[in-house]
Amino acid sequence: MRSNRQNVIGLLFASPWILGMGIFLFYPVISSLYFSFTSYSILKPPVWIGLSNYQELMHDEIFLKALSNTLIICAASVPLTTALAICLALLLNTKRKGISLYRTLFYIPSLVPTVALAVLWLWIFNGQYGLLNEGLSKFGIKAVPWLTDPSWAKATLIMISMWGCGNAMVIYLAGLQDVPQSLYEAGELDGASAWQKTKSITLPMISPVIQFNVIMGIIGSLQTFALPFVMFPGGQPARSTYVVAMYLYDNAFLYQRMGYASAMGWVLFLATMILSLVSLRLGDRHVHYGGGA
Amino acid sequence: MNNVLPAVLCVLLGIACACGLESSQVSVSKTDRIEVQYWEKWTGEEMEAMKRIVDKFNASQSEIHVKYLSVSGIADKTLLATSGGTPPDIAGLWGDQVVQFVDLNALTDLSDLAKDAGVVEENYIPAYWSICSAYGRLYALPTSPGSGALYVNRQLVPPQYASPETFPKTISEFNKFAEQTDRRDPSGKLLVASFMPRDGWGLWNMPYVFGDGFLQDGQINVNGKDDLEAWTWVKSFTDRYGVTETKSFRSGFGNYSSPQNPFLSGKLATYADGPWFSNYIRMFKPSMDWFAVPFPYPDNHPELAGFSTMNLNTLVIPKGAKHAREAFRFLAFVQEQKNMEQLCMDQQCNSPLSNSSQKFLTSHPNKAIALFDKLAKSSRAVPPVPLGIRAQIGSEVGNAVDQMELGELTPQAALDQAQSRLVAMWAKYQQQVLGK
Repeated sequence: MRSNRQNVIGLLFASPWILGMGIFLFYPVISSLYFSFTSYSILKPPVWIGLSNYQELMHDEIFLKALSNTLIICAASVPLTTALAICLALLLNTKRKGISLYRTLFYIPSLVPTVALAVLWLWIFNGQYGLLNEGLSKFGIKAVPWLTDPSWAKATLIMISMWGCGNAMVIYLAGLQDVPQSLYEAGELDGASAWQKTKSITLPMISPVIQFNVIMGIIGSLQTFALPFVMFPGGQPARSTYVVAMYLYDNAFLYQRMGYASAMGWVLFLATMILSLVSLRLGDRHVHYGGGA
Repeated sequence: MNNVLPAVLCVLLGIACACGLESSQVSVSKTDRIEVQYWEKWTGEEMEAMKRIVDKFNASQSEIHVKYLSVSGIADKTLLATSGGTPPDIAGLWGDQVVQFVDLNALTDLSDLAKDAGVVEENYIPAYWSICSAYGRLYALPTSPGSGALYVNRQLVPPQYASPETFPKTISEFNKFAEQTDRRDPSGKLLVASFMPRDGWGLWNMPYVFGDGFLQDGQINVNGKDDLEAWTWVKSFTDRYGVTETKSFRSGFGNYSSPQNPFLSGKLATYADGPWFSNYIRMFKPSMDWFAVPFPYPDNHPELAGFSTMNLNTLVIPKGAKHAREAFRFLAFVQEQKNMEQLCMDQQCNSPLSNSSQKFLTSHPNKAIALFDKLAKSSRAVPPVPLGIRAQIGSEVGNAVDQMELGELTPQAALDQAQSRLVAMWAKYQQQVLGK
């Protein structure tokens, strides 16, 4: 009896969170699944149309273009960001005077709000007055149309996405500090070089952290929205930077096709889940759990 | 422990009461007047101009208090609030959104309220009234409108073109003018471009310069003869400057409302825009010697002269607004000539009314206001496409123009592709939104 009462009290204390999750997460998620099978323009009642939205998506050239852009950006930015974050973490894992300050300085950029960042990058990549082209011109390199050429625009987006590697870097840093010192000492006794120690000790030991960050990176890059939305309105030039989240937003709030946008959201969710599962599967072979069986 | 359960319940009850109290406080006016909630997109000087009208209305009577709230993303928020049953009493939408909102059943029909208040079609410039109407009914009323003309920087054009009288009237004359106005450095780098069709206001209506534009016989037609002619002409500027040079040159253009605007920074000799642009000249380049002219028309087609892009800021009453009648009293107040002219003068726009006072035309801060007024009244004044898929048309045509300029597709192929997509989108819209 007393246990039941305690359960009730516990649930009551947790009720604000439970209510919040229910109202603001579970209800919208379930609703969007339902809406994805309907034609729904927000102010009129949804009309059940079965799998029509999903069938239309499979033939929608704009969606397929946006999906391919998203996957290209994901495929390029995740490995690059991972490599950069690991390199920075390795550098910041050394014992030097003022290392805390360096760690802070390298982490700070990831705190800058995306919209402010986008405006800043617009100026850096400006074709005529941009800092980057100005620097390149010193080496005799002709101005690059970073923002106005379809192939460069995508590359620009990928480069900028690496700016936010600070979060991953901090997690790698924590992982690096968990690597037992004795392993390095053993390696040194065997005459291992710095690269051999990194390859054979550090990377395997932090592989669970790498796997976690890669999965988070995949999820994050598939949801990319604010940066291209601000920097490349409408996915210009020629929809080369049009990503799924932008098309989803346009359908939901500009074209008032909430049902179609919901279906798109679920396809994106499935793509994210599949890629995450693939990463986990690959991880089974390559990830080393120090304390595992 | 026995006291914990009542304590938790008390806390939850307290939170619930506080929320209830908060929501009930919103609807109680401090002045015991009926409070009309007005959501508007404007900030800065434009907001101040409308606030003066709101204050004037609030001071003019004792029953209604209009509360102005500046809201970003006005269309999305109005739609979602309407869907949730708590819309504002008045929302300031752009004119090109009215039809879509009507299709979504989001707006109150104002026809009868307007008739009772003496707000009639005859008082307005036809193109602006048409923007406020859909399917023969009235759903919005105008605030500040715009019509488009070509601003010319006198200091950047050859002397023979440096007056409204001698400026090119036809497309072929304009092409000659463009060739004589472009300036490059010895290496071929573009320094001043005569005109960049993609910069400024009105690009999307370019097919109307050459004919019927996006609609023919009520059907979407973005790949007709006039469309092809228009976009080929637009593309001719990129072809002349070179794709790479055009990209490089345009990438140096700054924000519209900044000193880096290409016209204000002296990179473009001409710029298509509305009457409000003179305000930016005053703010960022007061020394500029400028004049405005109508857009050129195709050779041998003088009947196509007088083209002007049009749009309008509107006031609407969303469906489900709690104080629709009171809200309409404010809308009608704004329509009074002296109030409308005050608003339009403060926002540096032309007036949507068919008759403008002499004082409005002579003391307006834009010295070319008579031209903008005349263009708005022209039979070639082009309001936004009256279809609920206007955003999709803009997106598809924009993509087609991108593709033809980049050389990815020929103009005809790019427009054919856009046409086939838009026909499918329109069919889907008719089926899903209009229930046809």
